[in-house]
Amino acid sequence: MIVYRYLAEVLFYALVCLTFAGGIMAVRSKMLMHAVLGLAATLFGVAGLYFHLGSPFLAMMQILIYVGAVCIIIVLGVMLGNTPDQLAAKNLTGRSLPLALLACATGFISLFVATISRTEFSPAKEKVGDMSIEFVGENLLLQYCLAFELISVILLTAIIGAIILARGGREGKTS
Amino acid sequence: MEIFYSILPDLIRMVVCAVCGAAIVFGNALVMGYAERKLAGHIMLRPGPMEVGFHGVYQLVVDGLKLMGKQLVVPKNADRPLFMLAPLLAFAPVFVPLLVIPFSDKIQGFDLDIGLLVILALASINLLAILIGGWSSNNKYSLFGAFRAVSQNVAYEIPMLLSLLSIIFMTNTFSLKGVVAAQSPVWFIVIQPLAFLIYLVAIVAETNRAPFDLPEAESELTAGFHTEYAGMSFSLFVLGEYANMFIVCSVATVFFLGGSSGIPLPYFEYSGIIWFLLKVYLLMFFLIWIRWTYPRTRFDQLMNFCWKYLIPFSLVNLIITVVMVKLL
Repeated sequence: MIVYRYLAEVLFYALVCLTFAGGIMAVRSKMLMHAVLGLAATLFGVAGLYFHLGSPFLAMMQILIYVGAVCIIIVLGVMLGNTPDQLAAKNLTGRSLPLALLACATGFISLFVATISRTEFSPAKEKVGDMSIEFVGENLLLQYCLAFELISVILLTAIIGAIILARGGREGKTS
Repeated sequence: MEIFYSILPDLIRMVVCAVCGAAIVFGNALVMGYAERKLAGHIMLRPGPMEVGFHGVYQLVVDGLKLMGKQLVVPKNADRPLFMLAPLLAFAPVFVPLLVIPFSDKIQGFDLDIGLLVILALASINLLAILIGGWSSNNKYSLFGAFRAVSQNVAYEIPMLLSLLSIIFMTNTFSLKGVVAAQSPVWFIVIQPLAFLIYLVAIVAETNRAPFDLPEAESELTAGFHTEYAGMSFSLFVLGEYANMFIVCSVATVFFLGGSSGIPLPYFEYSGIIWFLLKVYLLMFFLIWIRWTYPRTRFDQLMNFCWKYLIPFSLVNLIITVVMVKLL
């Protein structure tokens, strides 16, 4: 069985690498399409981590929801964003570069002093019990019902907001 | 050595699953490629491929060899890495759903309790591949095709999921084996005919086939999202498409046509697979039939049909199912 332990370790680090590489690609790449694909890689990596943690249900839902979402972001990005020959210009040049670095360092150090250095990073309590869909469903709809409902209210608000924002642009065009 | 023996059963299982998956993907593509061209020919009152072998049975083998020999052309201004990535991304995920499909009550890779979710999640990656391929070709026809594929697939996913969900409410499980077991007296096509019809329409759109083949409408967009692809990178898209057809038809068989249930044949323990494949290929025949019979719809008709008819009907069907399940 020790083989499985090693395999799981290797898989874990591979997934972490995928997640970080995707994140860096999402932030650093100049073209919008590459950035969104980096985001997709990150989301796949996170899905893999869920799988590694023993919740294939969550992993599959992550893929199912976010792949569709990423596709739509790409479509919107291509329609609204720049063409490949007008790449995003760097705004970190000359005097702004050290200033930006200083600002980042200040933020990080103050956060580090204030919170991170004082936090005790203890691993999460191992949750025993089955991670089947029944278990997840019962917990979501009984014990954590309020959080679940609040999230759906937020989604509803977002949908209504999107409709209200989009409707202005279509007036007079509908036939 | 002991470690090796301890993982040997799993290892054998994995190897067998991988080999069978590959065999299904490639064998299915051969059969379907030949069947499609032959059926298309006969529907249009012409013989179809006739030259290579008896009635052209080796045509697909020869075509495969030809495609393998072709140069992989990358357009000059294309985004090279993404252009090469897209066919792989369209082809690779089709192996995983084959693991959870119950070909008979004894032939199944793994019986997961989230079987349906695995299939749906990995099927959606195909859409991402189409989009990447269409965008990275740097060709307006490819881009139009990819955009149409996205709006069509995102829309038709909803009635597809809702119609399957009404079955899930009746069986109380996502496991495909459980769904098959739940239809031992009557198949769900009898109880849920509307859901079956909606699912059937939705899979035609999901697999981008005529009359809903707007992403590759050859009279408008040359070849849609794979306009710039040649040789094997093109055939990976085609292989992926046929494997996806196989998967969605298998899901239809499992959910509505009783999976592998049928008259047990004498002296053959695994006879379920014969019935299963028979049902799957009947559905595929149906898809080919309507592809070569009906003309292409217009894009606004396609979207209106989904949002104004299929989704309301599938929602009503779902609500009625839920109420009936609660009452009975």
